[in-house]
Amino acid sequence: MEIMQHRGMKKYLCHHFSVPILQSRLGPDITVEGIGFNETIVINGVRVSFHPAGHVVGSAQIRMEYKGKVVVVSGDYKLQDDGLSTPFEPIRCHEFVSESTFGLPIYQWNDIDKQEEELRQWIAHNQSYGRTSVFVGYSLGKAQRILKAVADVAPTYVHHSIHRINQAYESIGIELPKYEVLDFREDIKYVDQGIVVLPPAMIESKVIKKIPNMSYAICSGWMTVRGARRWRSADAGFALSDHADWNDLLKAIRSTEAEKIYITHGQTTIFSKYLCELGYEAEEVMTAYGEEESNAIELEGNV
Amino acid sequence: MKAFARLVYALDSTNKTSQKMMAVHVFLNEADDKDKLWLLALFSGKRPKRTVSTKLMREWVLETTGLPEWLFQESYSSVGDLGETLSLLLPPPKGYWDYSLAEWMHRIRALEFTSEEDKRNFVLQAWDNLPHQERFLFNKLLGGSFRLGISAKGLINAISSYYGLEPSAVSHSIMGEWEVEESAFEELVHGHYVDNNLSKPYPFCLAYPIEDVEETLKDLSQWQIEYKWDGIRGQLIKRKDEIFIWSRGEELVTSQFPEIVVEVAQWKGDFVLDGEILAISNGEILNFTALQKRLNRKVLSKKILSEVPVGMYVYDILEYRGVDLREWAMDRRRALLEKLIRNNPSTQIHLSPVIAEKSLGQLKVIREEARQINSEGLMLKHKKSVYHVGRKKGDWWKWKIDPLTIDAVLIYAQKGSGRRSSYYTDYTFAVRDGDKLVTIAKAYSGLTDKEIQEVSRFVNKNAIEKFGPVRTVKPLLVFEIAFEGIGWSSRHKAGVALRFPRIVRWRKDKTVEEIDDLASIKKLIH
Repeated sequence: MEIMQHRGMKKYLCHHFSVPILQSRLGPDITVEGIGFNETIVINGVRVSFHPAGHVVGSAQIRMEYKGKVVVVSGDYKLQDDGLSTPFEPIRCHEFVSESTFGLPIYQWNDIDKQEEELRQWIAHNQSYGRTSVFVGYSLGKAQRILKAVADVAPTYVHHSIHRINQAYESIGIELPKYEVLDFREDIKYVDQGIVVLPPAMIESKVIKKIPNMSYAICSGWMTVRGARRWRSADAGFALSDHADWNDLLKAIRSTEAEKIYITHGQTTIFSKYLCELGYEAEEVMTAYGEEESNAIELEGNV
Repeated sequence: MKAFARLVYALDSTNKTSQKMMAVHVFLNEADDKDKLWLLALFSGKRPKRTVSTKLMREWVLETTGLPEWLFQESYSSVGDLGETLSLLLPPPKGYWDYSLAEWMHRIRALEFTSEEDKRNFVLQAWDNLPHQERFLFNKLLGGSFRLGISAKGLINAISSYYGLEPSAVSHSIMGEWEVEESAFEELVHGHYVDNNLSKPYPFCLAYPIEDVEETLKDLSQWQIEYKWDGIRGQLIKRKDEIFIWSRGEELVTSQFPEIVVEVAQWKGDFVLDGEILAISNGEILNFTALQKRLNRKVLSKKILSEVPVGMYVYDILEYRGVDLREWAMDRRRALLEKLIRNNPSTQIHLSPVIAEKSLGQLKVIREEARQINSEGLMLKHKKSVYHVGRKKGDWWKWKIDPLTIDAVLIYAQKGSGRRSSYYTDYTFAVRDGDKLVTIAKAYSGLTDKEIQEVSRFVNKNAIEKFGPVRTVKPLLVFEIAFEGIGWSSRHKAGVALRFPRIVRWRKDKTVEEIDDLASIKKLIH
């Protein structure tokens, strides 16, 4: 859910699973109320309910119904079942507000099995050259998927910011593979030839150089394009994304059977234009949190 | 093609020369002979001619995917590479064709004599039987430009280190008219098909920028002072009636400068000279913008040869009649060089003059005025210095004129290609022309990654118009642009072209009202 990235709301309403994550990110003192999926509450006469968006654990689409008219706001979502988040559920509605982070036809993800297999092959390749495999991915959602994909392959170490999110995951009953927390203030030569998972901000930091024989891979949908990988001079890039790809965006929109589509966040102009050509009534909405093209410019914010 | 795909991926994945070299070594270990030859052929510009046009490839992708043309354009401008865009847009492959690079090249070459229908069938099937990375390479092999993470020079260095050979020898060995089908890789790189000794160049002696002029030139009589020329450093070799010209990047550029070859062929004896290749017309050195018109052309037309004749100003002799003279003192080499030139009068090869001024004050004036004869400053060479290998402090100094600078405003921004395709890295700047703005220069570098990100954010928020990948932005950001020279140009709207424009700094303290105007910039031209 988008709300989570923007501090300072008076009150939060989110799925039960998101409560510990919000507290972990924003502090224990926030006013937050949990709600289940498909559970309806009424606010000012509007019937409001949350439905799985499949983006990360607890992420939800919000359905609002007033006098028979139904509007659904997708938030960030993906259709692929990552095995950790509750899978995306299409909701029939009159109006659908969809994200479009990867709203270009060049973005087509592989199956999850194949993606995970590629991570493991890369680790095996590194091991044959005596190298340490470092994965870089957003600490909420992506890091846990990486951990799951590489479970039992080699000793695994994570940055403490990822550990904090992992604890939130575990507090709601999601079991993650075994790992150790890495303390960069100490000598960390022992991670040699193991697996390290780090958040994107660490790429710029100097401490990353303490990792012996490092090869590093960025896990992000942007890695589809060769130029994005070369810009970061990553040793490898894996298109592992928590957003819907081109085909899944189209599929999700079709499945809502909505008459009117609003496109926000990402390739809004291009994607809404294409939807109009397909015969939808679609238009872009500007929001406070999305830029025209948010590409890899903010790798940290949106991977 | 798996080994080749792995090589390209590995070359893409690092900026470190050592790792690129290792990736080439891995390829040399695991690929078979013909594939290695093809690698050389592709990287050294010997690729076969295009058999399928990009226009057809685009049409077929649009047919296969059902996407509209405009969406294809948007995708292309986001990716920045046509072969890659085509590959990404296609649906996932259904099978896998496991051919070697040589087999692929063979099939691609065979397309030359087939019908469009046969080409279409072959290409569509290939697309449907290759995973993305190999499909992308297949598109490149079909004829696009082959720039893949390593320069020709880098590749030659990697091969020579693998076999323990001299890079210049490998460079010469792989020149010429060899064919993949008729050659064997190891014999080729070991020079079995050519005589390397004839072409073998010496490493260039390089100068450092001067640090303390007064201190260095305390005893002026010990120094040989020359003009520093603004052309291409070249080593001119004549041995056993064969002539070679090497550039400083150790590339053989002989065929680009036929006038020099014709003249030097008349000279007697064997020798190796060091000098500067320049555009010279009626004894006058032309602005570098003229020489640029001559460079990297596939065909030199009669027109261009007469418009921009090329010659050489020579300033050193490294070998004479087979004897290596690099340990001789500068003044002794100079005396021999002067004699050689005296005995071989010519119109396009000149002796670079020695400046005889006797005081530092006079030299300073000459340096200041150097731009008037299209020189970029002075060279100071110690009269007792040997010809060093590479850069060594103390014996040779360059004393360049200060770069010119102007303040200009950013008006267009374009995303980079390749590594930088997600950021706006290519900028066009304008200066004032009356009450209008006129473009003056394009510049790509000089900003930090952080600043590039900041400019990119500005472009996203302040774009006025979109022309494909180019954004017109509000003229608000002012940059200081430095350049080495300026010349008239009919190709540029402003009527002038800058030499080596680059961003010195972002002038956040200045507004668009404070930028330079075109009339005053034109006054800089000599």
